[in-house]
Amino acid sequence: MKKIYSVLVENRTGVLCKVAGLFSRRNFNIDSLAVGETDDKSVSRMTIVSSGDARTIEQVEKQLNKKLDVIKVKTFYEDESICRELLFMKVKYNKTNRRDIMENCEIMGAKIVDMSTSLMLIQMCDTPERIQILLDMFKSISIVEIARTGCLALQKCTETE
Amino acid sequence: MIGADAIVKCLELENVEYVFGYPGVAICPFYNSILSSKIKTVLIRTEQNAAHAASGLARVSDKVGVCAVTSGPGATNVITGIATAFADSIPLVVITGQVNSELLGSDVFQEADITGAVESFVKYSYLVRNANDIPRIMKEAFHIANTGRKGPVLIDVPIDVQNAEIKKFSYPDSLSMRTYKPTVKGNMVQIRKVADKLSKAKRPIICAGGGVLLSGAENSLRKFADKHGIPVVTTMMGIGVMPTKDPLYFGMVGNNGKPYANRAMNEADLIVMVGARVADRAISQPDFVMENTVLIHIDVDPAEIGKNAQPSIPLVGDAKHIFDDLLSIDFESDYKEWINNLRIYRQKMEPQRKPNPKYVDPAGFITTLSEKMKDNGVYVADVGQNQIWSCAYHVVKKGKFFTSGGMGTMGYSIPAAMGAKLGAKNRQVIAVCGDGSFQMSMMELATIKQHDVPVKIVVLRNNYLGMVREYQHYKYNDKYSVVDIGTYPDLSMISKAYDIKYLKLSNMKKADEVIDEFLKGDETVLLECIIDPYDLV
Repeated sequence: MKKIYSVLVENRTGVLCKVAGLFSRRNFNIDSLAVGETDDKSVSRMTIVSSGDARTIEQVEKQLNKKLDVIKVKTFYEDESICRELLFMKVKYNKTNRRDIMENCEIMGAKIVDMSTSLMLIQMCDTPERIQILLDMFKSISIVEIARTGCLALQKCTETE
Repeated sequence: MIGADAIVKCLELENVEYVFGYPGVAICPFYNSILSSKIKTVLIRTEQNAAHAASGLARVSDKVGVCAVTSGPGATNVITGIATAFADSIPLVVITGQVNSELLGSDVFQEADITGAVESFVKYSYLVRNANDIPRIMKEAFHIANTGRKGPVLIDVPIDVQNAEIKKFSYPDSLSMRTYKPTVKGNMVQIRKVADKLSKAKRPIICAGGGVLLSGAENSLRKFADKHGIPVVTTMMGIGVMPTKDPLYFGMVGNNGKPYANRAMNEADLIVMVGARVADRAISQPDFVMENTVLIHIDVDPAEIGKNAQPSIPLVGDAKHIFDDLLSIDFESDYKEWINNLRIYRQKMEPQRKPNPKYVDPAGFITTLSEKMKDNGVYVADVGQNQIWSCAYHVVKKGKFFTSGGMGTMGYSIPAAMGAKLGAKNRQVIAVCGDGSFQMSMMELATIKQHDVPVKIVVLRNNYLGMVREYQHYKYNDKYSVVDIGTYPDLSMISKAYDIKYLKLSNMKKADEVIDEFLKGDETVLLECIIDPYDLV
């Protein structure tokens, strides 16, 4: 199962590079990475999705903790957390498939946020699995470009927090 | 006061005595400021050796080694030295000059992204943007370098920051770093578990690594081993933890170690691994050793524990604190039978060499040399066959043994010996290298003479890159490729050029006499020993 590392880091130049470099140097794979400021402007949160066996995961966590720019590392599995990803997808449409595209979007809860006479920009914010379903549904449609944020995640709410 | 003055002031407050380095325009403000300080500067001949010299000084004196070099090539040249220190957890503060901060990123003359380049070899690095941050950064750098798992810290200072006026200099008394609080004291619950497991074990062994020396835990470890009669082996970096002739010491482990030390590790039912990373060179198959063994892994770096082998009891903390705590717990222990067996192994399994009488026998030579050395002498081994022979045959009394164990950097011994001598002037310091490693650092003979640093140098000469030749002997059936290093230079003439006393030993007949002559007095001597080109470790 995919492991999610929620890493609080000092909001300084070069920190992203250091953390990402750690993954590549130790031969750990990154599936996705998202970064943004937190409520404290001096702190950023990196959400990194990675896969690997238990030993690799433990090593990643320890190596992250060793970095002096890392304040705190939380790790959890996908099913212990709420994960969302944002997708933008630009597609070509014509008279015959316009209706289909709109219906697909409606079913999946995606929004059409921009359009021209031949292009539509679709937005969807959902779990990585549901985003994959939408992409599968659009296989027969000509996709111009795609941008995905990668997963953002926080642990589910528990009474002990 | 400008930024450069502030750096020097901080070095003074950290009691730094020597700065090793090489100037260039980008570090000139610093080298100008240091003129008005008592801190002594040593002009090394290539930047890599500044870090090695600082490493030698750090290892002999338990202080942080400091070097200062210029931007661009000065900074990139020092990287190998930094990586060498990082692999062996040696505390260094490396100051690099940098181009004007407004020009950063524009690839101007002698600009190199050094903080980016060294990221995987430093414990931490700084690019100073504001001169007013210098006191805090310097304080943090020394603290980070010399606490927890020690290591190099790099501070990159653009020339305009060195020249900028500082509003008010105040050196912080204390630090609060929310991301850096190394665990020093071991968890008492875990420590009691260790004592409990030891009391139940029949064949325990302590395997000591370089971390024991770095935390100054030798005496505590020896006392603990003595109290309970537990045998001790070491890794290459742990040589020096036990005197060679201690009845409880059973040599170095690993693929270049003593067969009886490895057998002891394999037969042990409990291993206390302390300050060692359980890497390939020490233990070839960590999982194999582990199967029926209780593994207790003590390390100040939590990331080392479980990296290469899963321990039964992980114990994070500083080795000295932990052994002191262990000494305070009394438990039953009787391992006499085990020790007796190990002694039999040692007698039976000591490798028998058949030295060629036409040449100097490295084993016999190193044993005699180290026995004749002053008791607290410092022996610095280089990298190659000389390192393996040194590890196997050097006799530790009360002295120190240094080598580049993790990175295996050729050319380490001469600059490191120079740093060690400056860090401990009353000690005898000897560098032992091969003809390959000698030629990687022989430019430092000039530094040694110019700064009057009386280190003694042994060159084991075989006109080959012996370690690689030996590998090609086994792996490629003596098809030698790029290992013949030839007969140049003539070392007697090199000695003459540098005005250094020269001695030569061609076989073992006069070994005693020549070694006595070599060790006599506190002066630099170069001793060339002709060894069999086809000798194997």
